[in-house]
Amino acid sequence: MTPALDLVPIWTAILAVGVFLYVALDGFDLGVGVLYNFIANGRDRDLVISSIAPVWDGNETWLILGGVGLFTAFPVAFAIIIPAVYFPILLMLLALIFRGLAFEFRYRDSEHRTFWDHGFALGSTLAAFSQGVVLGAFIQGFHVDGRHFVGSSFDCFTPFSIATGVSLVAGYALLGACWLIIKTEGDLQLWARRAGRSCLVLTLLAIGGVSVWTPLVDPSIASRWFSWPNIVYLAPVPILTAALAWFEWSTLKNGPDYTPFAGAIGLFSLSYLGIAISFWPMIVPGHFTLEQAASSQSTQAFLLIGTLFLLPTIAVYTAWAYWVFRGKVRADVGYH
Amino acid sequence: MHLDPVLLSRIQFGWVIGWHILLPAFTVGLASFIAFLEGAYALTKRPVFLSLSKFWLGIFAISFGMGVVTGIVMPFQFGTNWSRFADGAANIISPLLAYEGLTAFFLEATFLGILLFGRSLVPPAMHFLAALLVAVGTLFSSFWILSTNSWMQTPAGYQINNGLFYPTDWWQVVFNPSFPYRLTHTVTAFYVTTAFVVLGVGAYTLRRGRAVAEGRTMIRLALFFLLITVPWQMIVGDLHGRNTLEYQPAKLAAIEGLWDGGRGVAASIIGWPDQAKEKNLDEIAIPGLGSLYLTHSWDGAVKGLKDFPPDQRPPVVVVYFSFRIMVGVAMLMLTTVIVGLVLLWKRRLDDSSWYLRLCQLSPCLGFIAVIAGWITTEVGRQPWTIYGLLRTDQSVSPSLTGSDVLLSLCLYVAVYLVIYPVGLSMMLKRVWTGPTADAPAEPIQAGRHKGPIEALPAAETGGAS
Repeated sequence: MTPALDLVPIWTAILAVGVFLYVALDGFDLGVGVLYNFIANGRDRDLVISSIAPVWDGNETWLILGGVGLFTAFPVAFAIIIPAVYFPILLMLLALIFRGLAFEFRYRDSEHRTFWDHGFALGSTLAAFSQGVVLGAFIQGFHVDGRHFVGSSFDCFTPFSIATGVSLVAGYALLGACWLIIKTEGDLQLWARRAGRSCLVLTLLAIGGVSVWTPLVDPSIASRWFSWPNIVYLAPVPILTAALAWFEWSTLKNGPDYTPFAGAIGLFSLSYLGIAISFWPMIVPGHFTLEQAASSQSTQAFLLIGTLFLLPTIAVYTAWAYWVFRGKVRADVGYH
Repeated sequence: MHLDPVLLSRIQFGWVIGWHILLPAFTVGLASFIAFLEGAYALTKRPVFLSLSKFWLGIFAISFGMGVVTGIVMPFQFGTNWSRFADGAANIISPLLAYEGLTAFFLEATFLGILLFGRSLVPPAMHFLAALLVAVGTLFSSFWILSTNSWMQTPAGYQINNGLFYPTDWWQVVFNPSFPYRLTHTVTAFYVTTAFVVLGVGAYTLRRGRAVAEGRTMIRLALFFLLITVPWQMIVGDLHGRNTLEYQPAKLAAIEGLWDGGRGVAASIIGWPDQAKEKNLDEIAIPGLGSLYLTHSWDGAVKGLKDFPPDQRPPVVVVYFSFRIMVGVAMLMLTTVIVGLVLLWKRRLDDSSWYLRLCQLSPCLGFIAVIAGWITTEVGRQPWTIYGLLRTDQSVSPSLTGSDVLLSLCLYVAVYLVIYPVGLSMMLKRVWTGPTADAPAEPIQAGRHKGPIEALPAAETGGAS
């Protein structure tokens, strides 16, 4: 059977956009959580929470879309990767439970506010770290037999994946700091700019470290980047990253409120692109390409019909909600 | 001791979904109730509706938040613990789950933000629309997830190639044979559950004598709503049972505790089903009645458990008793509603302290019935994940060891045992404070209103704006 239209590229694009939106959106509110324990002042803490309270739930929904999107478009990849990262997923889910509930609980359960504050900060950090471990495990690859993961549930914890875990924490913290620059004023904003610069240094070290380490983990990635003429075509990725890093540093220091966030998104985009270049066209590294892992044509078509209408609708009302809560966060629009 | 990853994964799935289902059981109905209150306030401008809406919104925020974070756990379970099922069934069930996210989760999450934090930022009509969209979102969510569950119970519109399921007809997949019944039965159950919570909280509020108008309104709204929905639920339950008789006869036989099938079968009222001896011990049964209510005919044919090989029978005791608990609770519900309406008719409702006290226990009823009903349908479809086609023990992730799952199960147990008591205590605290505690004297106008700065520590509120 030859399909009339190959939907795999479309689903690849939708999934790529969905995962990126998750990383960008939940990235900043998890990042705010990572930074939370470094904010001492109680009033600032409330402002920081209020700046993400109306939007974090919608942001986290992209995680479900990412997970279920993988399940729909490339089910065998879902069935191999998710059991392979059993414990990072478990830790992520439990961490997300704690940090998600802390929004309501720290406000209502004031006797245990310190507990829930830690739940928010550590939960956010652990969720970010776990996602980084998943990324590292993906880069390393999995033991696969046929259509199943056959390694151990602890294979995913290696020095490399721990390093990617820490890297993502730093990256999310950068996004969080940039978000706070948009949403706050005065001393808190100055603090966010300083924190953002520290996070930027850590993020750049992480990007550099993972970029050097990844080709060492996998020779095929090394040849993709360093063989002739690829090295010429792909050189703009690291060059742009370096240029953007310099821009980000200066704009964090004294640029307009919105540009650090844009610059951080740019750094994430380039890193994301780098990972995509390393693995294209594999979805389970070394075992399944996107085409091989794709679900049935009918499945992809059935979901695509609705998605083409629903995804733009979601984009519109999400953007509208951000518009409603635009501007500097105000103390009176927080918890009730 | 041998740790079985299949059994432990089943316990883990039961644990995480059992706790999760309590929240939609409450929030699906509550979202609609809040939309109703917001609409009623917009139409009548009676302050009682606004203070009730704000009161329930506070409770909704807690329960919905818990529903979201425990719900995110669920789709990942398919991958972490049930990857062989996920691989086999993905072509069919994955788009249904994706449609749940696309039609429901974003809608609920985004407009809940507006509903909770946007009252002073958007016009009243938009705020009401947000309430309505959250309610609609919860119903969309119910639609897709119950379609998925129903397809696993009564698969249709598929073919199997090399052990993988492929769709042949999406209409048949989505509207599979048990779906209309399960959807109606479950959503009605959720509405009934919420109404009994409202009844109980109304009774408590009235008895405390602080927010009398709110308490009276809650009790009356709940009783009139339940007058229709409880009998309706019994009719729907009967129809759902007949659907099960047709499509999942082994489950129905376990519900009935019926070992020997045939015509004119007895109705087992109570007894102890013994799976090994293949009979019920100490049984009270009414001859002929079983066929009557199952097939609506005195000599209707019903299959018994012995018509199925022993390895295709569900654990009978669990299914038999959970069903009887559900039906027993339904009888209690009906009695509660009838007594309440009789008292109302005689104008003695608000003074009948004994009845109001009893009503304070009624919030438990719906949750017990929902869990019992869920156990009936989910244990009753064992040993299958996809009924008659894929066995549960063939569905688990091959890489998992028993100790892996034991470890994750322990962590889920520990975390849920922290968050559920805390969440419940916070909701109870809100109930204890009562509806009028933080309701403003005058309605809030549209525009940039400066509200009470409750989120800030008292000492520092002076300088904030």
